[in-house]
Amino acid sequence: MNIPEKQLKRVDLIFAETEVYETLEIAFKRDKQEVLNEILESGLRGRGGAGFPTGLKWKFTAEQPSEEKYVICNADEGEPGTFKDREILTRVPLKVLGGMAICGHIIGAKEGYLYLRGEYRYLVAHLDTYLNSFNDWLKKHGIDFTIYIRMGSGAYICGEESALFESMEGKRGEPRNKPPYPTVAGFRNKPTVINNVETLVYATVICKYGASLFKNLGTFDSRGSKVFSVSGDTPVAGIYELDFGMTVERFVEEFGDGDTKAVQVGGASGFCVPRKKFKETIIGFEGVPTGGSMKLFNSSRSMYNVLHNYLDFFHEESCGQCTPCRIGCQQLLHGIEAVKKGEKSTAYLITLLKLAETMKIASKCGLGQSVGNSFKSIVENFKEEMIY
Amino acid sequence: MKNTINLKIDGITVTVDKGETILAAAKRLGIKIPTLCYHEDLCVAGNCRVCIVEQTGMRTLPASCATPATEGMEIFTNSLKVRNARKHIVELLLSEHNADCTKCYKNGNCELQNLASETLVNEPMFLDLVPGNKYTIDKYNPAIIKDDSRCIRCQRCVRTCEELQGVSALSVAYKGSKMKVSAFLEHSLNEVVCTNCGQCINRCPTGALVERNYVDQVWDELLNPNVHVVVQTAPAVRIALGEELGYAPGQRVTGKMVTALKRLGFNSVLDTDFTADLTIIEEGHELLNRLKRALVDKDPTVSLPMATSCSPGWIKFIEHTYPEYLNNLSTCKSPQQMFGALAKTYYAQKRGIDPKNIISVSIMPCTAKKFEANRPEMRDSGYKDVDYVLTTRELARMIKQAGLDFQHLEDSKYDSIMGEGTGAAVIFGATGGVMEAALRTAYEVVTGREVPFEKLRIMPVRGMEGVKEASVLIENTLPEWSFLNGVELKTVVAHGLTNADAVMRKVKNGEGGWHFIEIMACPGGCLGGGGQPIPTNKEIRKKRAEAIYAEDEGLPIRKSHENPEIAMIYSEFLEKPLGHKSHDLLHTTYKPRLRY
Repeated sequence: MNIPEKQLKRVDLIFAETEVYETLEIAFKRDKQEVLNEILESGLRGRGGAGFPTGLKWKFTAEQPSEEKYVICNADEGEPGTFKDREILTRVPLKVLGGMAICGHIIGAKEGYLYLRGEYRYLVAHLDTYLNSFNDWLKKHGIDFTIYIRMGSGAYICGEESALFESMEGKRGEPRNKPPYPTVAGFRNKPTVINNVETLVYATVICKYGASLFKNLGTFDSRGSKVFSVSGDTPVAGIYELDFGMTVERFVEEFGDGDTKAVQVGGASGFCVPRKKFKETIIGFEGVPTGGSMKLFNSSRSMYNVLHNYLDFFHEESCGQCTPCRIGCQQLLHGIEAVKKGEKSTAYLITLLKLAETMKIASKCGLGQSVGNSFKSIVENFKEEMIY
Repeated sequence: MKNTINLKIDGITVTVDKGETILAAAKRLGIKIPTLCYHEDLCVAGNCRVCIVEQTGMRTLPASCATPATEGMEIFTNSLKVRNARKHIVELLLSEHNADCTKCYKNGNCELQNLASETLVNEPMFLDLVPGNKYTIDKYNPAIIKDDSRCIRCQRCVRTCEELQGVSALSVAYKGSKMKVSAFLEHSLNEVVCTNCGQCINRCPTGALVERNYVDQVWDELLNPNVHVVVQTAPAVRIALGEELGYAPGQRVTGKMVTALKRLGFNSVLDTDFTADLTIIEEGHELLNRLKRALVDKDPTVSLPMATSCSPGWIKFIEHTYPEYLNNLSTCKSPQQMFGALAKTYYAQKRGIDPKNIISVSIMPCTAKKFEANRPEMRDSGYKDVDYVLTTRELARMIKQAGLDFQHLEDSKYDSIMGEGTGAAVIFGATGGVMEAALRTAYEVVTGREVPFEKLRIMPVRGMEGVKEASVLIENTLPEWSFLNGVELKTVVAHGLTNADAVMRKVKNGEGGWHFIEIMACPGGCLGGGGQPIPTNKEIRKKRAEAIYAEDEGLPIRKSHENPEIAMIYSEFLEKPLGHKSHDLLHTTYKPRLRY
């Protein structure tokens, strides 16, 4: 492990002014494969948190023989502690739309949808002004691609891609069985690319500046830069675009309040990193992945309360469809309560850790599969706070 | 393209068709992976996660019911990882489930109970969530009881209601820990679009959905010396009752059933087949009458096509969904209700019993019949025409309670009067049966000849296809029916309400050109009814249908109009089809209902 440690470095790609229309004109003139290769080459991975290589997703969808395909921008930003997509949509909406149009061009889609979190309804008027002129511009340039907005209604689960499709189709937002994956059968059971807001902006950026600028940032597994939503016990809460792949230690040096005891990386479904592991933990796909949520906790915080808050969230926001997630979340929540109150012995925490492991491997979708992340990392690192 | 796939399950190589699931592939090897939310009749949900398996190279455990086999896949169905996870899942389900099995109607026929027993559950691993989750029990419906405390959220009922029945009375409400199966706005099933078909009951793996049983009430009547209890048995009961009592599907137990009913203490054991035959006469004349009004009188008010009205699930469906077509329904009551009305009039007179002392019980393959018997329209005898409706399952329960060794009972015959039925009546129990019976009679009434089908088997209306069309050309009629000469009588048969909906949509669009429609609410017709033995699947329903047609061919009389008791009731009591008395006792009206 002699990799030189990444220094914390601010980057300004996402919010920087970019001539989107100019970028598109050039991109549409280029060979589709060439543009796709650029995305592939950049090493861009999904910024929603799961980190699937964006170029591959586009490639798989492009290869599908279907006449009907869709591009969907997942703006259902629901992970607790994430607020970057809201900022992106407010400040640089054209770059998001641009990314959708480039994707549509490459995969052969005629329609794009921006699925907007229910609580962001106030953004619709703002987005519409950009959307109308953007759609007009596409039409004027003879590009058969139109973008529409679809509203979510406030369910966390609808940020899960297949539940999002169900929601868009007017059904109850419940995740589907996979396979088939969205690249084969997504929205309306047609091949679909679904990307996070930030991912699409980076696609525009990569088209503008080429793959190498992006690729030269970050680390081998986590290329490029990343937008972080920093909150919690920090004097400088806010949104920051940083070179990807730094350690938690470097991050805390910059954003901590001097008394940081833990950082929750990736929101409620992410991992809790305790102080003793700050040095060895890399924020990125080789360490702890994140969709951007970075929450700092200082020593005044009870990690029991933190975990309780997350479990309370999950037991309410699970769609309720599959057994491990629906009942597992309730058992974890009431289980730590019982241990805290002394109604169950400390050994019961081991039972719960095993249950969390089952939830990770047996749940139907990413929600249930990631509840165990925060549960395990908090219980294992702060066991005494669970008991006393 | 290659259409087969090779994979390895528990170390054994197996070749399957493309698209086949891991679950199906394992079945080929004789490996039974436990399931709960999976049901052969329904689309795959993959939500209970009981059928998880381990796949080499995968971090997560895929649900075998929902995952198609792929080339080179290596699967383990009983690895340590699988066993531990599955045990957790069963424990979780039990922690959320009111597992007071001794008080549960489904005790002994519960898939969760069986699974728990196989998994060797002893001390509960997790906290009991039941007291904290304020479950509701819907007991307000005369046919179906829904107990949320026993629900495992597998959504089989939801899929049944939507896919098979196109009703969607049940759907999923709320999310997370509050997620539940609910009717519209948490109303009682009594107050919503539910047709009481009971198909959800047939597919519920636990006791969350059960029929409202009237076993104790019927025993009270049987043991009351001051009343005369008559019982009628529907055609589809005799070919399915055996399944509850140790027989394989498709065994006919008519004679033993009659004996058992007598031993239980019913004063008179009679046959719904009698009124099924009567239905054919009344409904057949109604159809011919409507055709005459349409073809000869050119009466624009006549409603065609005419639809059958034997299936109370279908009646409630059309009342909710196509209320503008209520005039197209035959006004004939169902055989159960004709029987009830006659039991307290004709039968009472003939036997010299005061009708107020008659208790009329029916044994039905159906839960909607419980609702039907409670309709305010069904009191034409001056009393409640049918006092209690028991399902096939409830009858089996009574036979067990009475300690009867059913398999060793001798056969006996139905009592008289109103105990005589023909083969045409028996086939009412299968989809297409009413149509076939009606055609056997109507064709002969009109032409004086038997229907032109070998051994009276009208094959186009038989079988399990969802919608079946058939037409019969009417030629060389008897003089009084000459207006039908050259008419091609066009009919359509549908079973399962999704198929009924498809037929009605065509009717609404002016398509089809049909004269007569037979609709049964349940898949396969009454033989697949909501009161029939559990489990059900295509194979079982096919076996039951075979038994019904065998019963038909084994009977000496196979045409309704040749039933001697029918001739007798018209000469002694009813006078003529569609006559004044028929109108009073055997026909009814319908009412439009709201659509939620």
